[in-house]
Parts: sequence; structure tokens; C-alpha cells
Amino acid sequence: MTTALLEDRPRDQLWSGPVIDCDVHACVPSLDALFPYQDKVWVDAARERGYRGPTGLSLTYPPLAPTTARTEWRPADGRVPASELGLLQQHILDPWRVEKAVVNCYYAIDSLRHPDWAIAMARSVNDWLIDQWLDRDPRLSASLVIPARDPAAAAAEIDRVGKHPGFVQVLLPVRSERLYGQRVFWPLFEAIERNDLVAGLHWGGLAEHGPTPTGYASWYVEEYAEEPQVFGAQLTSMIVEGLFQKFPGLRVSVLEGGFTWLPTWAWNLNKKWKGLRREFPWVDRLPSEIIRDHFRFSIAPTDMGPPEQMRRIIDWLVTDDLLMYASDYPHLHTDDLHALLGLMPETMRANLMSETARRWYRFK
Amino acid sequence: MVVTVGRREIGIFRVDGQFYGLLNRCPHLGGPLCAGQIVTDVVSPVPGDVRTRPGRTFVTCPWHNWEFDIKTGQSYWNDRLRAMPFPVSVEGRDAAAALGTAARTPGPYQAETVPVAVEDDVLVLRLRPAQPAAAGTRATEAGA
Repeated sequence: MTTALLEDRPRDQLWSGPVIDCDVHACVPSLDALFPYQDKVWVDAARERGYRGPTGLSLTYPPLAPTTARTEWRPADGRVPASELGLLQQHILDPWRVEKAVVNCYYAIDSLRHPDWAIAMARSVNDWLIDQWLDRDPRLSASLVIPARDPAAAAAEIDRVGKHPGFVQVLLPVRSERLYGQRVFWPLFEAIERNDLVAGLHWGGLAEHGPTPTGYASWYVEEYAEEPQVFGAQLTSMIVEGLFQKFPGLRVSVLEGGFTWLPTWAWNLNKKWKGLRREFPWVDRLPSEIIRDHFRFSIAPTDMGPPEQMRRIIDWLVTDDLLMYASDYPHLHTDDLHALLGLMPETMRANLMSETARRWYRFK
Repeated sequence: MVVTVGRREIGIFRVDGQFYGLLNRCPHLGGPLCAGQIVTDVVSPVPGDVRTRPGRTFVTCPWHNWEFDIKTGQSYWNDRLRAMPFPVSVEGRDAAAALGTAARTPGPYQAETVPVAVEDDVLVLRLRPAQPAAAGTRATEAGA
């Protein structure tokens, strides 16, 4: 299926209402592009060492892996996919007549262990996002990036740029040094709440331990396929640790994590809570209710199975206000949006395509 | 203590000097409720601040560890599920000092009530005449 390219069906035939795309990517074309936004000490440090940027990027998104960028979205002249606003406009914003899009830039800053350089790197990415993207197209909002290994520094960066009207979210790589529910991250979530931002749990991150829940995999496909389990572990941590009792206003978007796993996972967590809640009594209601209040999920990837089975999954989500449309540009997903919409009641379609994200990110 | 009355098992609990009875059958899936742990309620307004609530005593079903308030049969998280509470009183030498009756709320999982009494250190279980048809069958069997 090539829904993302609008080949099979014109945009209006697919969906005639507004479209909010909650996950499109801006890719840093090269470290050089960030130099204008960095102090000279870091420019020199890179040049003196021959450092070309955070190494984790090519592990998370191998540059030529088919999943990293759809062929049609790879510029023929070799430019990095999704590295310029013009490309995003040409491929997504204009043909889809996107009302709002949330730009996410994963630059693997968390794979840079230098504590000061990581801070400088995050600052430069955020200033580059403002300068090259947010200030140039009013349809765009964005996630700001943080030095994820250092919650205090992350909070400082959130306070530095979080009030920029273009930033609606903080990008949290789903693979982290420690599970996000743990109290060491409270300053981070405090800053997110203080700046009225969403926490965007997103694919990526270079954990101390391997990319699967139990170590290193041999092949990239394993990493790619295991990712939902890492998302599940983060959701479990955030819920069980009482993050939403501590920060009752906290909103978390699950981006590039899929959602078909959610019903069984939430049911299981409900069950565990009923039997084991004495261990974490601050969780005073069903985890599934906490999810409904505090989480939203992008639909890229959908990884939709047979329609009749997919309908059961949608039914089991219980609420029609949980999913948000995302193209995940320029990544390759073979999801069939038309088929997915066809399984949903009308209210859910409108929520999916724009209204859930509009409320969630407080777009007008 | 769990006693058998006909085919029914009833757990009798003494909490803070008062007696309470529960059918030894979890309303969830029928587990032997009264064989579970007896625990004090714990609550927490925020992570790290955990308090017990003395006087709120739960029995936890050994099958799924769900908590039920011994005094009321109420499960903690789901109003639809309620263990069967039985009024228990002490009679005999101090018959006038009835030690309380568990509250009941009508609900899908409510069962018949069987008064349990203590007379001169002897347990006396009195089976009531049946009321609802389904419960009546069991009561008759139990009494037979």
C-alpha cells in the first residue's frame, strides 16, 4: 500500500476533513548544519577530533535501510531525506494539505556521553529547528530535544526554549539509561509540565543495555521488531512508579511505537494491578484509565493485520480518542490508512485524523 | 477460621474485637477467599508516601490476590464485585453486646446471608429460610 504517497486515491477521497500529522521528521543533514548554532568551542572540538556527529543515529536509523526513508522520498542528488523544509512541504504538507504537523528530530544526542557537549548539541538542534523549520512554516510545531542522560540539564534546556510557541513536546528516546517512571526523572517531567508541553516517547535511544528487553540482537530487523516491548516497559514504568499521581497534568505521546499491542498489554497490567497494587498503592485506579487520560498513540506504524482482527483491536481500545494520525515521514511504513479508517466509526475517524491531536497538543 | 455449613464454607474473622463472616468463595472466580492473607489497607497520595489505614482490614484471595474488605466484602477497586458478608454476633453470656453487622450493597455478586453466632464458646450457625430462588436451592441443600 502506498497511502502515504496518495497514489491510489486522492487526498479528499481518503479523508475530506482536516489532517494533523503528529509525527514527521526533520533530519539534521550534517553536523556542519548545526555549527552556526553552537559555541566555537564545540565547533573546534568536532573539527579537531574529526567528529561527525552522534554515532547512535546510524544505529537507530541506518541511512540506507529501506525503513529509514521511502525510496520516493530520497532526494536523487544524495541530500539527506527530510533534511530540508522544502522536502517536507513537497512530500507531505502540500499534497496532504496538512493543517498542523509535529516535527520530530531524533539526532541520537543521547549517544554522546560528553555531558557538556550533549547539552550544546541539544541546544543547537533546538535552535536549528526554530530557525530552519518552525519560523518558516506556520503549519509546523515541533518537539524539542534534550540531553536525555542528564535530567537536570534536560530540565534546563526545556526551560530555555520550552516557551517558544512552536514547541509543543519534548522528545524522549524510548530506550533510555533508566526507565522514565523512576524518580530520578522527576525534574525532567516537572519541567515538561511547567512549560505545558507533551512528553513524546519516540523510537530511538541508546541504552546501556541492548536494544531488546534482554540484550543485543543479531540483526536490525530484531531491533525494529522488538521496539514495542521497550515502549511497553516505559509505559509500565511510568504508570507503576506513579508519574501521573506526581504530575497529574502530564501528557505522553507514544510515537513510532505502534498501538496494536496496547489492549492486551493494558488488560494484563490491569490484572496485575488488582493483584499486586499493595506494592504501589499510589496507583489508585485501573492502569487502562490512566492510559486513557495520559497517553495518546500515533498510528505509524499501524502494522495492521487482517481487517476483521484489526476491528477487534480497535474495539478493545474502548475509547475513540486515543489514536493520532502520523505519516512518520520519511520512514517507510506500508500501512493502509484507507483500510484502517474503514474499520472505525465516524467519530473515531475525525479524532484520528485531526481532533485528538488538536486537543492533545492544544492547537487552535 | 473457616467453618463448613452444609456445602457452604464461611470464614469468620475477628477484627478489632468484632466478628465478621464471609463466604469462602471469591465473587471473582470462586477461589477460596478466606484462605488468603489478612492485610491492612495501604494507601498513598503520591509515590513514596505510603500509609496504612488501621481498621480497614482486607482478606486477599489466594487465586488473584484481590483484596476484599473483611467488614463489608467490598473489593477495593471495583464496586461491582463484592464478597459475601455474613453478619456475625456473639450471643450467650453477653448476648446483648452484638458486635456489629457488615453492610451490604445490592449487586450482582451478592449472596444469601447466614447468621453466625457464638453461644457459650460454641459456634452456632443458623441457616435462614431461602429468599431468592437460586440461593434457596443452595440453602436447602446446605440445611439437608
